Amino acid sequence: MNDTDPSADTAPAPAPLAPDFGSPRGAALAGLRGSVGVPMIVLGASYLGFGSLVRGAGLDVWLGLFSTFTGWALPGQIVVIELYSLGASLIVVAAAVAMTNARLLPMTVALMPYLRRSGTPTWLYYLFSHFVAVTAWAAGMRVCPNLPPEQRLAYFAGFGFALWSMCLVTTALGFYLAGVLPGFVTLGLVFLNPIYFMLVFVADARHRARILALVVGALLGPPLHLVSADWGLLITGLAAGSLAFGADAVLSRRHA
Amino acid sequence: MLEPLLEGGIESGPLWPYVLMTVGALATYFWRGLGVALSGRVDAGSRLFEWVACVAYALLAGLIARMIILPSGPLAEAASGDRIAAAAIALAIFFLTRRNIGLGVAAGAGALVLMTWGRAFF
Repeated sequence: MNDTDPSADTAPAPAPLAPDFGSPRGAALAGLRGSVGVPMIVLGASYLGFGSLVRGAGLDVWLGLFSTFTGWALPGQIVVIELYSLGASLIVVAAAVAMTNARLLPMTVALMPYLRRSGTPTWLYYLFSHFVAVTAWAAGMRVCPNLPPEQRLAYFAGFGFALWSMCLVTTALGFYLAGVLPGFVTLGLVFLNPIYFMLVFVADARHRARILALVVGALLGPPLHLVSADWGLLITGLAAGSLAFGADAVLSRRHA
Repeated sequence: MLEPLLEGGIESGPLWPYVLMTVGALATYFWRGLGVALSGRVDAGSRLFEWVACVAYALLAGLIARMIILPSGPLAEAASGDRIAAAAIALAIFFLTRRNIGLGVAAGAGALVLMTWGRAFF
């Protein structure tokens, strides 16, 4: 989300710059505090939108909470709701969510070396990897390398836990707000979902291949949806993504 | 719009959305767990991962464009011109405020609310 200056999104938060929080407990509390700020507000607001989307799809609040609790990573959660509304099959939902969230694999691979320390039980890494999502991941990549090794996982866990809790609260809040606010305001809440991701991806797109993927995907998405509401999304991802990847490779070779 | 939810076979049962969510959660955690297992053994900057990123970006861009242009659910009640104009306003404010995501999102959602509300009077 931060573009060129890696410290840009810490500026409004009172995150201490001291690279030592004294103990793992101190680091976990510092992580909790570090998550409070602009990233939490923006993510919290987008989960307000998710809660309204859940209500708009005719589902109950427990389903929204279940989704945020178990499948925390907003793009995949929105994919599930949207495909559910369209009556898509289990296979299509599984494949679309897997493709949407495959980015979590390289993100986790990149973060883990900064969290590992000999003596930590392996299951803790598997547990806290649940918090690997754009906001907490970016904070972990920025802060953890500078911490004493025994404080790194604790900081990431504290940061991720605070964000995740906030998202659960705003999922429920968004659901109830969508029920009491007038219809034209609820529209705005539901509209947060596509608008937030549109801007996150525009902000994040620095590589030519990814910019091409965004443009081609946006152009192919609506027409392919009309061709097949069930498979259109998967075909859009594979076709437009591969096209962009291939075009970038060709362009790189030509200018090499 | 809601007909597909109310009719059909087994897939219309009350547990069906939980089944879909669980599968979605497993498909999500799978990558995180695999990432922990593979860390230190694969290169996060490889060409394969770049292709994976392209596919994910294209899929989400397709979904976002579809949600704005051909929405299902409550957004379908807003005029399509309003939705597209609100998305354009969000992008404009984002770039005018030195890429501030919060302000861009607020402007886009606010614009859609105001335009929809305004249509009640004109």
